Amino acid sequence: MKGWMKNLRTFSILGFLVAILSGCGRDNLTALVPKGYGADISMQLIILTTVIMTAVLIVVLILFVIVIVRFRKKKGDPTINPEQVEGNKLLETVWTIIPIILVIIMAVPTVFATFHLADDKDKDDNINIEITGNQFWWHFDYKDEEISTSQDLYVPVGTKIYLDLISSDVIHSFWVPSISGKLDVNPENTNTMYIEAYEEGVYFGKCAEFCGDSHSLMDFKVVVVSQEEYDQWVEDMQDFDSDDLELADDAAEGEDLFEDKGCLSCHATDNGEYSEGDAPMGPDLTQFGDRSRLAGYLEPTKENLVDWIVDPEELKPGNEMTGKYSPVDEDEAGKIAEYLMELQPSDVTAEGKEEKE
Amino acid sequence: MSSIAATGKRGFGSFLWDYLTTVDHKKIAHLYIAGGAFFFILGGIEALIIRIQLIKPENDFVSAGFYNEIITMHGTTMIFLAAMPIMIGLMNAAIPLQIGARDVAFPFLNSLSFWLFMFGGLLLNVSFMTGGAPDAGWTNYASLAMNSSGHGVDYYIAGLQIAGAGTLMGGINFLATVVTMRAPGMTYMRMPLFTWASFITSVLILFAFPALTVNLFLLMFDRMFDSAIFDVALGGNTIIYQHLFWIFGHPEVYILILPFFGAFSDIFSTFARKRLFGYTAMVFATMIIAFLGFMVWAHHMFTVGLGPVANSIFSVGTMAIAVPTGIKIFNWLFTMWGGQLKINSAVLWALAFIPSFTIGGMTGVMLGSAVADYQYHDTYFVIGHFHYVIVGGTVFGIFAALHYWWPKMFGRVLNEAMGQVTFWLFFIGFHLTFFIQHFLGLMGMPRRYWVFLKDQGLELGNVISSIGAFFMAAGVIVFVYNIIHSAAKGEKADADPWDARTLEWTVSSPPPYYNFEQLPLVRGLDPLWIEKMEGDGKMSPGEPLDDVHMPNNSFIPFLMGLGFFIAGYGFIHQTDNSLWYIALYGGMAFSIGCMVVRSLKDDYGYYIPKEELQKAVEEEAK
Repeated sequence: MKGWMKNLRTFSILGFLVAILSGCGRDNLTALVPKGYGADISMQLIILTTVIMTAVLIVVLILFVIVIVRFRKKKGDPTINPEQVEGNKLLETVWTIIPIILVIIMAVPTVFATFHLADDKDKDDNINIEITGNQFWWHFDYKDEEISTSQDLYVPVGTKIYLDLISSDVIHSFWVPSISGKLDVNPENTNTMYIEAYEEGVYFGKCAEFCGDSHSLMDFKVVVVSQEEYDQWVEDMQDFDSDDLELADDAAEGEDLFEDKGCLSCHATDNGEYSEGDAPMGPDLTQFGDRSRLAGYLEPTKENLVDWIVDPEELKPGNEMTGKYSPVDEDEAGKIAEYLMELQPSDVTAEGKEEKE
Repeated sequence: MSSIAATGKRGFGSFLWDYLTTVDHKKIAHLYIAGGAFFFILGGIEALIIRIQLIKPENDFVSAGFYNEIITMHGTTMIFLAAMPIMIGLMNAAIPLQIGARDVAFPFLNSLSFWLFMFGGLLLNVSFMTGGAPDAGWTNYASLAMNSSGHGVDYYIAGLQIAGAGTLMGGINFLATVVTMRAPGMTYMRMPLFTWASFITSVLILFAFPALTVNLFLLMFDRMFDSAIFDVALGGNTIIYQHLFWIFGHPEVYILILPFFGAFSDIFSTFARKRLFGYTAMVFATMIIAFLGFMVWAHHMFTVGLGPVANSIFSVGTMAIAVPTGIKIFNWLFTMWGGQLKINSAVLWALAFIPSFTIGGMTGVMLGSAVADYQYHDTYFVIGHFHYVIVGGTVFGIFAALHYWWPKMFGRVLNEAMGQVTFWLFFIGFHLTFFIQHFLGLMGMPRRYWVFLKDQGLELGNVISSIGAFFMAAGVIVFVYNIIHSAAKGEKADADPWDARTLEWTVSSPPPYYNFEQLPLVRGLDPLWIEKMEGDGKMSPGEPLDDVHMPNNSFIPFLMGLGFFIAGYGFIHQTDNSLWYIALYGGMAFSIGCMVVRSLKDDYGYYIPKEELQKAVEEEAK
């Protein structure tokens, strides 16, 4: 198992060079610069198959060019009747056998890697997170830690994390290209995968299965922190109680509005009433003030948040929030925004981990 | 009847009536190609809308909802309403002539196939005007399709059901034609590769399309009649939809490409003036591809979570398809090797196919590696891959075959200079558009994204891709002009403009409505070439001159299509208002009534008298 992977490392370095030379994509988003275990294994197979298939392509191209150059009818050539060759047993055997060998070379590591990535024997010894895909946001439920959050997935670096994926509506697909390949998020069964990030940072996550109007805006982030920071974050999240916040006037008014307008019927603001596997109607706002993005893709500024509260349809077409609450004017939205920005349970945040361009 | 076909000048009314009622495979070919071309242009406009929307990040050229309708209709239109009909049109034009037959086995059914396709396609597109087109992707996966509001998905179900029934009939028709109607001496192993490939394709249609039919019915029950086959909340399962879809969908990919493998074989062999290299291997490679095509559907589902055993089996199976495909590529190259290749528009398209399709095959094998596919799946890498296969294979094949058979079908040669301009514009545009998409996918751009976000390194690739799309559009415009130009003042084609090898080039261009006065006697593979080398360049007759039996034209297929169209509209809208049941039952009753009339009313056809054929034979002899 490990042997072939080591051989592939050589190719890996080659591929890494290629990626750098061609400047392939944004760091922490592109699959071409893997920074996690799953992405690494996929990359090795991508390189292996690319190298072999490119070799085949080159052979075809060489023959192709020779044929066009040598056997083309040039201007002024008299028409001839070439020999009517039926075939050639030896040649035909050669180009049957060689591809079979090449296929075997690619198939064996593929089968090994497929089983390797599906092996979940040590699931119980590692962190387990239950992930629910919704139109168009992600919910993360840390069963053992009894905390939950949405949109930003916090995980420690260099550890195996098991993810149990389920959808509350249509099929989605969980994809963090730099860390791991994707796995579908089905409504009828839980799919399990593991991820392991090599470096701290904020990684781009995408929904990869067509799921409706705002499919392209269903982004999320994976925030990879050190083990200490992760432990700190879990503790802060567990201890956080939004009632203990000391709020300025506007924010305090915002808190009341948050209740009056019916926001609470879908959103939670702390983990006080956590119950395992209880899928909320709307994103969990416990650490909303620490979110790296708003609605998955916008800068988390107050203006954006006000726009969102007043008319979410404008920013995320087809979302489930539109029309589910009493109308909010801009002034009220500003106060609610003030309140929500105060929900900052922990000093461990995405900020500082992310290099913005 | 014969006098109508013989007189040159006719009014537009009689011309139209002739095409509405025709059962002649050559005219049905015209209809299929014209219908397919109409939808091809429609699908092309939809493609341009996609590329304009994605020309810059967070663009708002179209809304999210409309964008989803456009991508869905682009895929559905291009596959079901453009590529398939043009392909079946070419099969209609060439197969009966290539095997030395006077028509297909069931001419009436052939006409019905066309009208079902046409009315199905129109029904699908009516949705744009009646409240929204399908918006759940061309795959129309159950969970999203069930979730989709409005009637868009219902149009998808009804439209494809009707068009699909037509395709299935077409497949059966060609099977019967090839099995029963080959000319004397035309054994299976003497058939041109285009006929062989189309024959195998018809087998694929026969087995694959019922899976689509079943799937569409299940979805229809769920959406229109409250069953819960795909409703997870009531114990349904959406993964079953994916399996059924790809059990149809993967063979469908081979249905789209195999006939063109055949067409390329004929074109290479004709223009290199050489017998096809490894004919037997080519035939069996086609069969193996077709067989394996049914064994690999789950490689579209590697990320569904089927488990490592399923993923491994389907991985290995998928990679195995590269072997017979590779055999074909090398056989084509060695067909030209040692020949004298005359390069014109048809050959340019065929030549361009080889590297383009090889790249598509190469990425196909790469996608076949399940763990690598975890990264590629549902990204622009896949978009790049299948456009390399479908455009680089099928669309290049359509252009090659159209240039090749145009003189035979319409009696005019397409303009060569314009043909080359079309080729270079389209070829350059194609590679500009789709090559970069492989990288966009790996750089983190999933497919079916209405917008891509700023600062994610995806800007440049998308701009390049959009520019390429306009090159392709320009190429198609030149081609359309070429068609109009050639119809008006194109050079008249003689029976054998390419100095070719197979039977279709032994009859005049365009062929007489009965094709052959006397069915030809076939003495081997490439029968015309054999006569040119060993005889006087003319086929000897394989039967005595006699009266020829011909089928009568009929308006019933058109009416049946219309009936199903009305019934389909009723099915879609009966959920709003039960008055639509009138359309549903009325349309069905009308179509079934047509069937009853067709079954009970005897139609013996007519005979072309021996004397008329005798005259034609003497005419040719001059």
